[in-house]
Amino acid sequence: MTADATSASVGGRLTTAYPRHVAGKVAGAAVSLLAVLVTGFFLFRMIPGDPVRFMTGGRPVSAGQLATYRQEFGLDLPLWQQFTDYCGKALTGDLGTSYQFNAPVVDKITEALPNTLLLTGTAFVIYTVLGILLGTRSAWRHGRLGDRLNTGLALVLYSLPSFWLGLLLIVTLSVGIGPLPGLFPTGGMESGGKEGLAYAVDVAHHLVLPVVTLVAVEYGQTLLVTRSALLDEMGSDYLTTARAKGLRDDLVRRRHALPNALLPTVTLIFINLGRTVAGVILVETVFSWPGLGGLFYQALTVPDLPLVQGLFLVFAAAVILMNTLADLIYPLFDPRVGR
Amino acid sequence: METNDQYGGHHRSPGRTRFLMAAGAVALTLCAGLATPLGPAPQQARAADGGTKVLTVAVAQSVDSLSPFLAVRLLSTSIHRLTYEYLTNYDAEDNHVVPGLATKWESSPDKLTWTYTIRSDSTWSDGKRATAEDAAWTFRTMMTDPGAATANGSFVANFEKVTAPSPTRLVIKLKKPQATMTALDVPIVPRHVWEKVGDYTKFNNDKDFPVVGNGPFVLTDYKADSYVRLKANKDFWRGSPKFDELVFRYYKDQDAAVSALRKGEVSFVAGSPSLTPAQAASLKREKNIRVNDAPGRRFYALATNPGARARNGEKIGDGHPSLLDRRVRNALFMAVDRKTIIDKVFQGHAVEGAGYIPPRFSQYFWEPSDGQELAYDPAEAARLLDRAGYRKNGDGRRVGKDGEPIDYRVLCHATDPNDKAIGQYLEEWWGDLGIGVTLNCLDNVTDPWLAGEYDLAFDGWSVNPDPDFVLSIHTCAALPATPEETGATDNFICDRTYDELYARQLAEYDAGERADIVRQMESRLYDLGYMNVMAYPNAVEAYRTDQIASITTMPAEAGNIYGQDGYWSWWSAVPADSADTGGDASSTGVIIGIVAGVVVLAGLGALVAVRRRATAEDRE
Repeated sequence: MTADATSASVGGRLTTAYPRHVAGKVAGAAVSLLAVLVTGFFLFRMIPGDPVRFMTGGRPVSAGQLATYRQEFGLDLPLWQQFTDYCGKALTGDLGTSYQFNAPVVDKITEALPNTLLLTGTAFVIYTVLGILLGTRSAWRHGRLGDRLNTGLALVLYSLPSFWLGLLLIVTLSVGIGPLPGLFPTGGMESGGKEGLAYAVDVAHHLVLPVVTLVAVEYGQTLLVTRSALLDEMGSDYLTTARAKGLRDDLVRRRHALPNALLPTVTLIFINLGRTVAGVILVETVFSWPGLGGLFYQALTVPDLPLVQGLFLVFAAAVILMNTLADLIYPLFDPRVGR
Repeated sequence: METNDQYGGHHRSPGRTRFLMAAGAVALTLCAGLATPLGPAPQQARAADGGTKVLTVAVAQSVDSLSPFLAVRLLSTSIHRLTYEYLTNYDAEDNHVVPGLATKWESSPDKLTWTYTIRSDSTWSDGKRATAEDAAWTFRTMMTDPGAATANGSFVANFEKVTAPSPTRLVIKLKKPQATMTALDVPIVPRHVWEKVGDYTKFNNDKDFPVVGNGPFVLTDYKADSYVRLKANKDFWRGSPKFDELVFRYYKDQDAAVSALRKGEVSFVAGSPSLTPAQAASLKREKNIRVNDAPGRRFYALATNPGARARNGEKIGDGHPSLLDRRVRNALFMAVDRKTIIDKVFQGHAVEGAGYIPPRFSQYFWEPSDGQELAYDPAEAARLLDRAGYRKNGDGRRVGKDGEPIDYRVLCHATDPNDKAIGQYLEEWWGDLGIGVTLNCLDNVTDPWLAGEYDLAFDGWSVNPDPDFVLSIHTCAALPATPEETGATDNFICDRTYDELYARQLAEYDAGERADIVRQMESRLYDLGYMNVMAYPNAVEAYRTDQIASITTMPAEAGNIYGQDGYWSWWSAVPADSADTGGDASSTGVIIGIVAGVVVLAGLGALVAVRRRATAEDRE
């Protein structure tokens, strides 16, 4: 018998029910997306405030001008007609024009999305790897000093408000403290006026502090989930069997215990992956990162309805897509899921 | 001994190798800044590339549009002030009108025709001369294309015809007299560039750089929510700015912006709209930083619902009927201790309120006379309420004509801490009078405000050198035509005497006479008691004196730097010529790099040691 045969059937063959499983999940995702489209439209119209008055506030406008604005934004139409217009355009990829930026919503989103993905994507990769690594080691040595320190630190950092930690890092590592001068920029994504490699280095330099902030407050969650799942596995018979065969402890952990313990972590990874698109309002604000989180906040304050709706749709679509992907990938880890 | 320790070998496992590599990768990420050139606080406004003098300003507000026909936000309009000339400008000393693109102007005896002489020494940044035709075309486009009238249409609403009989002569014919003809805050654009634009509502002027202009700076680059970059216009008719470049950099968090100033990453922080007292106090202690605590251009008031109505006479909302009695309004304001508000809420960063227009606009500033002033006097306020018939009941509560205890709903901005703080004082002060207060703090106050569903509301406006707009929002003409519509009114004030004065000032071309009428309007507004101006908040901003040697404030004696009614501050700013005291950046970088490297290596060493100890246990 091979060593692998002792573990649960990770990566086992998919059953014939898998296509049906896929179809069900994809259909579910489509329905969810449709629900988001409808909910988003009506939900954001409940925000108090008149976008036209907000935008014209502080300057002389006649009632006629206000009426022209309403007409231009389609706000003079009955709600049902606004809704059908919105749905019709959304299906063709037209999310309307931002009131405050006077630009297509799609343009504003595509302008800020790469910035957000760079920040949250980089942080995501680091905190996921770090969380799994430290979570695994913590579980394997649970109860020891290292485990207690590990989980303690993770919990403390996880509990910290990200904006507070960000400001703390700015004060210490950016402005400098005592004899230590500032090492990193205080904010923004670039200094401007740079190209090629110099630009890449400049962006990387600006990226460090916000990424460190995000990693610090996020890795704990992955660590704790991984640790908890692995602890559940550790008493299993197949691990005892593996050890009895004389397999190295490291191999037992990596080849047998960890893959079976990863299901909850995979779920969390995909949830986090979906969240990366939504950006991180507080961290983006503290570090003046020009991403979707900050854009969403600005859109809400007006309320800039087309922009709010467009962003809501993108955020929700990302989460739905990632959850669907997770559902489709589960059977690869555990064939029983797809049956 | 635990089973999982039984078979540990003393060889390095692949797992440990991977773990150490991962730890190293994380450590390297954390130290990435060390791989890049260190940026210690630059002690002079000088970029690394070729000694270009750069003035960097921290801003928070997003650009709404870079088209002069669309932009309304302060940052965007400030950029237009810097990149396009207007017909006229306001003097930095005392706000009086001075030449801009126009060198002279005169009106016809019937007050309906204005003739401007356009300067011949202003050129667009592409080398072409700026002429009267550019100005005429700009105004005509706004008159005929609703899209082009988006931002500044109100300026041309009274224009009948605009012509340019010669390159240096602009003629504007009006429908009726308009005193604001020397205060047309409209950027004049180059016709040869802008006439190619198809749809003005869709063109944001933010794609092709440099943008052709004729102001003191030329817009050379823009990245949304990252930076706006401008280059000095060496051919500017008034003279080139002293800084080579002006950069507006984005700091969405004000504490981060203050940190950037401390570090020297930016030369100037304006705050949005002002630095907090705590930030100002901490910056005052810093070497090489000057805090400019200047009289602001805003008034901060408590407005009363005057019985909101539409122009057709229909009632709007449900303002408390007791507030229709002027004695009640006056009593409420006599129970507000403005001095406490200045000292405790604004912590000294404001001036006690009086008239409608802040004192920095000296020609229009008005204060009540001794007999007219509604000074802080709670006892007199109580007597006034008694005389008005609003007496206290057995519970010590004042009751309205309906016999119900009076409880006023005060609309406040949830985002403004001053509103909340003063609201708490009002609860105390008016509570002593026997009047209840319900603070209604909302993120967006527009809806209840427009619906007239409030009794009092915190209110405030920025005032321009020409006060026409802030005066116009209290005229009957500004009311909505019907309750279903939206007017330009601020808070539904409609008073015939005030309206007559407003019409007179708009038709009065003599500056002194007009200022006198404006002061009469302020007096009338004060007596009506609809607007209690409690304070004129200061503009609190800060800049680095090791980067900016001198800069013009507006008004020059004591005024603000950011958001002026002109381009004086950035145009006049002189770079500091200090020696570069931050020159040991490289050695500092090396030292820090070494220290950080040692820390990382020590960490990895400790990790290995711990691991080895563990495997030693296994070996036993």
